[in-house]
Amino acid sequence: MKLTIEPLLFELSKPGRSGVELPACDVPVLSISDLLPSEGLRSTLPLPELSEPEVIRHYTHLSQLNYSTDSGFYPLGSCTMKYNPKLNEEVARLPGFARVHPDLPDTAAQGTLEVLYSMQEILAEIGGMDTVSLQPAAGAHGELLGLMLIKAYHDDHGQGQRCLVLVPEAAHGTNPASAARCGYTTVTIKSDGRGRVDMAHLRTLLTENQENVAGLMLTNPNTLGLFEDDIAEICAMIHTAGGLVYCDGANMNALVGRARPGDMGFDVMHFNLHKTFSSPHGGGGPGSGPVGIKSILEPYLPVPQVVKTDGGYRRDYDRPKSIGRIHGYYGSFLCILRAYAYILYYGRERLANIAENAVLNANYIRVQLQNSFDVAYNELCMHECVFTAKRQQRERGVRALDIAKRLMDFGFHPPTIYFPLLVPEALMIEPTETESMETLDSFISAMRQIASEIETDPAIVLSAPHETVVHKLDEATAARKPVLRWREQHK
Amino acid sequence: MPTPIDLNFSSTHEWCRIDANIATVGISDHAQGELGDVALTLLPEVGRMLQRGDKLGEIESIKAVSDLYAPVSGEVVAVNEALDDAPELVNDDPYGKGWMVKIKMTQPADAETLLDSAAYEATF
Repeated sequence: MKLTIEPLLFELSKPGRSGVELPACDVPVLSISDLLPSEGLRSTLPLPELSEPEVIRHYTHLSQLNYSTDSGFYPLGSCTMKYNPKLNEEVARLPGFARVHPDLPDTAAQGTLEVLYSMQEILAEIGGMDTVSLQPAAGAHGELLGLMLIKAYHDDHGQGQRCLVLVPEAAHGTNPASAARCGYTTVTIKSDGRGRVDMAHLRTLLTENQENVAGLMLTNPNTLGLFEDDIAEICAMIHTAGGLVYCDGANMNALVGRARPGDMGFDVMHFNLHKTFSSPHGGGGPGSGPVGIKSILEPYLPVPQVVKTDGGYRRDYDRPKSIGRIHGYYGSFLCILRAYAYILYYGRERLANIAENAVLNANYIRVQLQNSFDVAYNELCMHECVFTAKRQQRERGVRALDIAKRLMDFGFHPPTIYFPLLVPEALMIEPTETESMETLDSFISAMRQIASEIETDPAIVLSAPHETVVHKLDEATAARKPVLRWREQHK
Repeated sequence: MPTPIDLNFSSTHEWCRIDANIATVGISDHAQGELGDVALTLLPEVGRMLQRGDKLGEIESIKAVSDLYAPVSGEVVAVNEALDDAPELVNDDPYGKGWMVKIKMTQPADAETLLDSAAYEATF
């Protein structure tokens, strides 16, 4: 069956149609105008009128237009769109977890608290950290918490003048945004010719701003998919300058079970459970961005923290130096639970397979496509690889955007484009560990075909997509003159 | 599009056309090409004092939001209000109708720090 654009419920509406027939009213009917003041009343309310099967089909058709990891390959770089195992969903639906009320006393929620306590311990071990707060609701929330902890630490040590956070050019955009939100001024560190932190520039910045550096935020591997091999020295330099080092754990899929940010010298980090640990990502939210810390930051952790005592697990609010609350109740519990199920499913020994296969798959794509598209920094990469379509743009007028659109004709979700910003016409591909060689090969074959079309018939790429329900959108008009809601005259 | 020879450029892709002490400012053809279709410009109010290198405003394209920087120091004396309804002028006519602000220069020597057309074209 060919999929088509689904009309809105308003457009499908027929006057007088309804989903349910109510019995005649068996109590005296009062007039609404006798009950409410006239200024609170209106004579028309244009709600759609449909039968039950029409509504069900409408939403089923919409769901069929979805693209997800359940329907196909989703190589969205920097987002780790790995498959979400259905076992996680089964665990999250166990009534004892799904129906637990957040106002239960600790004594009546021991199973839930045990999961939280265990996850604090497990994530601390995976990250090489001393302890973890599971509270943040997403990665950027974790970044904000991490920076608030750094700020609390400096203030507590009479170092409140430290106002600068150093962020490499290749950082995730959320890093400088989180730093600014926390009241810090960000300073950009240049990348060197190898796509890593420019050590000479870092040294200069530290010399110029000696007493003012609060910390450095770094993604490792960085957004080019490259391991920051000077990381131990970078951390040592920041520590010598009196700052702390934050690890953006968004790229943890490259490291999990194999290397630990804590061992590299990081003081604080966040995990993205909705990336690395397979809880749903995106529209299905919520996310979860637990923060791991070294013990120097422990006094400032948000309340409550789950602790284990002789009398069982409990939520500890007695933390005098705490920065306070950052989330109602306790984090995104069902998201944490899914990640817990995922980690236990793999177990300590097999967890490293995740990183190994993620890195292997990314390198397979890099090598198989390096003759078709230029690799931004062509060397062994980690869990993602970045190509540039600069040559295709210059020679054939075909941009990364056009390539991404054309990929949809082959049934694939496009990769991330135009990020990282320091690569012109970037195409950032992250296959994740869950894909088979057959899937990778069919993606590679589609990309090779597009590369050859760019040489022989660029028009077919420039006018893509051709096979999707909607074709190329007029994004400029959509951005300049957005239509944000349906109105009667659109009918 | 050939680069007009009567302009000076900053390394952050703003151009200036200097007439006596008034600098008309926009962004280069190269910059608009990199940004893609412009959806919105946020420009300062008339009367704002700017130092060279200060953030002048923002430009949003379908691809990204970028900061604009003042290529010279001075007071904003005019803003191109036509861009409110027609931001595409920045794409269609970057050196003409797509101008953004006019700055009454307080430091005429600023002009000497800018690139001439040939130097800008050779760099970008």
